[in-house]
Formats: sequence, C-alpha cells, structure tokens
Amino acid sequence: MLTVLILFPLALALIAMVLPWYQGRSWLLPIAGAIHLGLVAILLMQPGSMAPTGSWLGLDALSRLVLLVTSPLYFGCAIYAVDYLGLRRDRGNRVIVPCLLVFLSTMTLAIVSRHLGVLWVGVETTTIASAPLIYYNRNRLSIEATWKYLLIGSVGIALAMLGLLFVAYAALGTGIPVSLQLDKLLTDGPLLARPWLHAGFVFLLVGFGTKMGLAPLHAWKPDAYGEAPGMVGALLAGGLTSVAFLAVLRAVQIMGAAGDLAMARHALLGLGLLSLLLAAVFMVRQPDIKRMLAYSSVEHMGILAIGIGIGGLATFGALLHLVNNALTKGCLFLSAGNIHRAFASKHLSEVRGAISALPVSGGLFLAGFLAVTGSPPFGPFLSEFTILRGIFGSGHYLVGAVFLALLAIIFIGFGATVLAVTQGEPVEPELHFKDRVLLVAPPLVFLLTVLVLGLYLPPPLRELLEQATALLEVKS
Amino acid sequence: MFGLSNLCLLLVILLNFFTLGSSRLVACIRAVALQGALLALLPILLHGFSPHAVLLATIALLLKGIFIPWLLLRAMNEVRIRRDVEPLIGYVPTLILGALITAAAFIFADFLPLQPQHQGGLFIPTALATLSAGFLLLMTRRKAITQVLGYLMLENGIFVFGILLSEAMPLLVEAGVLLDLLVGIFVMGIVMNHINREFSSLNTERLSALKE
Repeated sequence: MLTVLILFPLALALIAMVLPWYQGRSWLLPIAGAIHLGLVAILLMQPGSMAPTGSWLGLDALSRLVLLVTSPLYFGCAIYAVDYLGLRRDRGNRVIVPCLLVFLSTMTLAIVSRHLGVLWVGVETTTIASAPLIYYNRNRLSIEATWKYLLIGSVGIALAMLGLLFVAYAALGTGIPVSLQLDKLLTDGPLLARPWLHAGFVFLLVGFGTKMGLAPLHAWKPDAYGEAPGMVGALLAGGLTSVAFLAVLRAVQIMGAAGDLAMARHALLGLGLLSLLLAAVFMVRQPDIKRMLAYSSVEHMGILAIGIGIGGLATFGALLHLVNNALTKGCLFLSAGNIHRAFASKHLSEVRGAISALPVSGGLFLAGFLAVTGSPPFGPFLSEFTILRGIFGSGHYLVGAVFLALLAIIFIGFGATVLAVTQGEPVEPELHFKDRVLLVAPPLVFLLTVLVLGLYLPPPLRELLEQATALLEVKS
Repeated sequence: MFGLSNLCLLLVILLNFFTLGSSRLVACIRAVALQGALLALLPILLHGFSPHAVLLATIALLLKGIFIPWLLLRAMNEVRIRRDVEPLIGYVPTLILGALITAAAFIFADFLPLQPQHQGGLFIPTALATLSAGFLLLMTRRKAITQVLGYLMLENGIFVFGILLSEAMPLLVEAGVLLDLLVGIFVMGIVMNHINREFSSLNTERLSALKE
C-alpha cells in the first residue's frame, strides 16, 4: 500500500513526459492529488496498520500527521495548477508537471520511511525535484534563486548525511548491531556512544534545519519563495518544510530514546528563538510580498522549533501548529500568486488596492495574514496559544515574554505591508487578470479549514496529535 | 591490503591539494574524477570481495569516476570556459589554507573517541581533510563549475567516512545516495548552462540581485 503511494506518482510522471496534450498533462496533477488523498484517507482510517518492526517503510503517529497535512495541500495546489498552467501556456508544462509529480512521490517516501538512509534519499530528491519548479519563470532572478537553493540545499543535506553516519558510528563497538533503522535506533538508544550521537544530532539538525529554513540556515528561503510561482511556494512552505521538520523530529526521537532529550530541546529552542528574531527584523518594512511570506515561513519554523524545545503541552501545540501553518501558508501563497499575476508585480510600490481589484484573492490574502499572525478565531491562534500556555506553564517566563514581543513586532511589520497591498485604489485601473473559480477555490478551502480548526478540534485529530506528542516525550 | 588502502587515501589527499592549486578546470575535473575512482576501490580493499563491497565499488566507480565527471566536462564544453581565474583567495594562500586544514584534520582525528580499529588509521583524517577541502573550494571560487566540484569533493569526504560504516547503509540506500548525487549534478549542470546563457558568464558573483 505504502509502496503504491510512492510509486504511482512516478508512473504518472512518466506518462506526463510522453503525453503530447498540454491540458491533459496539467490534469494529471489533480488526478495524482486525488488518488494520493484517497489512498492516504484509507491508510489513516485503518488504525494500527503499523508495519512490522524493522521494515524500511511504515506509519507512526508523526508520519500520519504529516501525511494528513501534505496530501490535502498537494491536492489543493494541484487543482490550482490546472488553471494556472492554462494561463501560462507560453512557459510550457513539459518540465513542471513531471517535476511536481516526482516531488509528490519523494515527499511521500521521506514521510513514510522508517530508515534514516531512506529518509535522507527522500529529502535530497525533493531538493532536486523542486529546483526546476523554482526555475519555472526562467529569468535572471529565478536562476539566481535556483542556484542558491540547489547549492545551499545540497550542501546542507550532505551535512545531514554526515550526521547519519555519526549516529551509525555511535553504535560501533557497543555490541549492538549497526543500523540506521529507526525502530532499532529507538530501542538501542540508551546504548549509543554519547559523543558521536551528540555530534550526529547537531549535524542532522543543521542539515535538515537548512531544508526547513531555520535561521541562520534560511539564506535560500526568501530568494526561492520570492521567485517561485505562488503554487510552488505553497508546496515548499507548507509541504516540504513539514517533511524537513519531520526529519528533525526523527533526530529528536533518537535523542529522546538515548535519554538526551534536554540537549536536543535546548538546541531547538535556541534556533527557534533566533528564527523568530531574524524574521521579525526582516519583516518590518519588507516591500516584497512573496519575500514577506518567506520570512513568515522562517518565523513559523521557529515557532515549531520552540514548541518542541519546550516540550509537553507546547509539543502538542507545535504539532497542531504544523497543520495550521501548512494550510495557512497554502492559502497565502496561492492568493499572493493571484495578486502577483494581476498586478504583474509583487513589489509594494506597484501593488495597491488588491481588494478592490481582486475581491476574492485580496480578501483571502488579508484573511490569511490575520490567520497566520495568530488572530482569533483562526487555527494558528489556538496552536500558538497552546504553545504559549506550554511555555508559561513550564516556567519559561523569559522565553514566553520574548516570544510574545517578537510575535507582536511581526504582526505590525507584516500588517503594514499587507494593509498597503490590499487597501486603497489600484495604481493601474486595467488589470491583466480577474479572479477565477479554480484559482480562488483552493485557497478558500484552506482558509475555511484553518478557521474550522480554530473553532473545533475534531476528536480523531486530537487523538492523533496526542499520540504524536507521546512519541516525542521521554518514555519512562 | 591495509598498505594499499593507505596508499589510496594518501593519493586522495594529494588530489585535494592538486585541485585546490590548479586553475585549469579540465585538470580539476579529472583530479576529482580520479579521486572518486580511488575511493571506489576502498570498499573492496577494506571489506574484501564481498558482494556488497563489489557492487558498491562498481556503482561508485561508474558514477563518481566516470559518469559525473563526463557530465561536468560536457557542461564545461558547452559554456566554453577553461580556467577559473581570479578566485576570491589566490591559489598559493588556498594551498596554504588547505595544508593547515589537512594538518588540523590529522590532529583533530587523534582527539576523537574512535573505535580501536580506526585509531591511528588514515580513514578519518582523510575524510575530514577532503570534506574541508571541498568546503574551501566551494567558498573561495567564483565559477559555478568549481563550486560544483567543491560539492563533489565534500561528498567524497563523506563517502570515505561512510565506507567504515557499510553495515549501516544497505546497498539499496547507498545506491540511492549515489544516484541522487548524479541527478543533482545533472540538474546543476543544466542550471549552469542557463546561468551562462543569461549572464554570459559563470561567475556566481553576478548572482547577487536578490538581497534585502
């Protein structure tokens, strides 16, 4: 079943490469998204379909959660893609469609892997598959963004490989079999040699943290998200970062099994606060709406890291925030893509009055901004509030105060740009583009889901989150 | 067997220096190719002719020694560049830095809590030295193609370390890792070609429009 989930997008990618029909090729994306979503739904319905211990692929609560997030996000973006690619016939879709399908496959591989080597291969392949997506617009700026993304991403992920090898080395000479299989590492955790395990964790954090875009390893992020099409930005900011975060969580799990959870938490807390700080600095007076969203993504990766760094209730909040962040980023990037299309610019000096020009996209962008900055009644408010309760409840008052202050600065900085973009009258009355159903429906659905999650947390989801939280705690 | 593997590792270190000190791109690519080919011998030298070692060596030789260098040479011919002139730091200072890094790698390896069978061997120092030489190349050169070479060298360093841990990496995963490297270099080659077409140069300092 899991193998099918990984392989069928590859088969569709092959079809996309030979299919001579433009519109048909675009439609392969939602077909793949729908099949994926259906299969994921079936997988999530069967409880305890845990693969035998020691296999390379399998599902646990964490991977179920990330699948639950990425699959609908991909489906929404795939529906958006059909109309988007229809508008961009000059650019062609011979490259982007197969790459998007391979991206889906490798993302799934990374999510369901139970072997750190397989996880690494999955994450590295997502880098390669997404580079052509960032390069879609084929101009000087997108080349620059792609080159930085490829080089920084590849070097970062190479360091993660070094981290993996260190973890494997920690098992040498201790009498336990040398393996990178996750279950084995988790059971043998206490026996691993400490110095190598710690070094391995640091390199894994640096490597996968680069993919996640945690500061100070986020250098590629504003460029890549700024130059990529909105749809690709949504997939990277909502999907790929979640997968990279899952990889970091795997490293945390191993540290937890070895009884060194405190060190892992301190490292994550430090990086998280730094990410929040850097995002706040660059978001104030940020004139480019897509780069603004990229820094917002850095911010939210920081929030996730802080949540895990505090532990307990905050971990629960962080995992809930993973869901909220992915869907809200989906809404924001897709609506920002529409605004970019209409005004042929993403710069504050040229984009004004988005609401009067594009009522739906502009409104969604404004509402998405409110959601992502944690305004009630949207989901991120609930998850950020839970993290905050965790922070104060565990007595980290200083962290809590800094967290709140930085969130406030980010709200103001982000708000200034978003309000300038959405309010007022358009500079040019004639626009190249009007709202279209297929281009506004996916972000609308994402936003509504986030709204519902803010008002009501379905019991199955709560249960899944609790199980996932338990995986990240010390088992005593 | 042990003498041979040490000889291989010493050659790998020498090739690091050669690449750091050479401005001719063809020579650099060949040096990294030779390095890859030497590394491909190591699994056999270390673990004997087990099926795992032989297969790994074959795949590594094909990809690191032949196919990836061929891709790079082709990319180089397409962009018609022969030399990486004016690096950020001159060639002699780079070489001195390389020597310092290599010495540091040897000293550092003595302090690591290594397993008895790896203590005093050349594997760990070579891995560290090659990794850092790759980083040095990546940071001090301006041409995109030399940066890719630096990345390859970094991967070579990690590969040396990985040979010690072949039990941890099943062959299928190892093959996936190497295949990823190949596809990654292939995509980088395409992007390089586009950089050259768009900017009429492979100097990555021209890629500086995106910043705050």
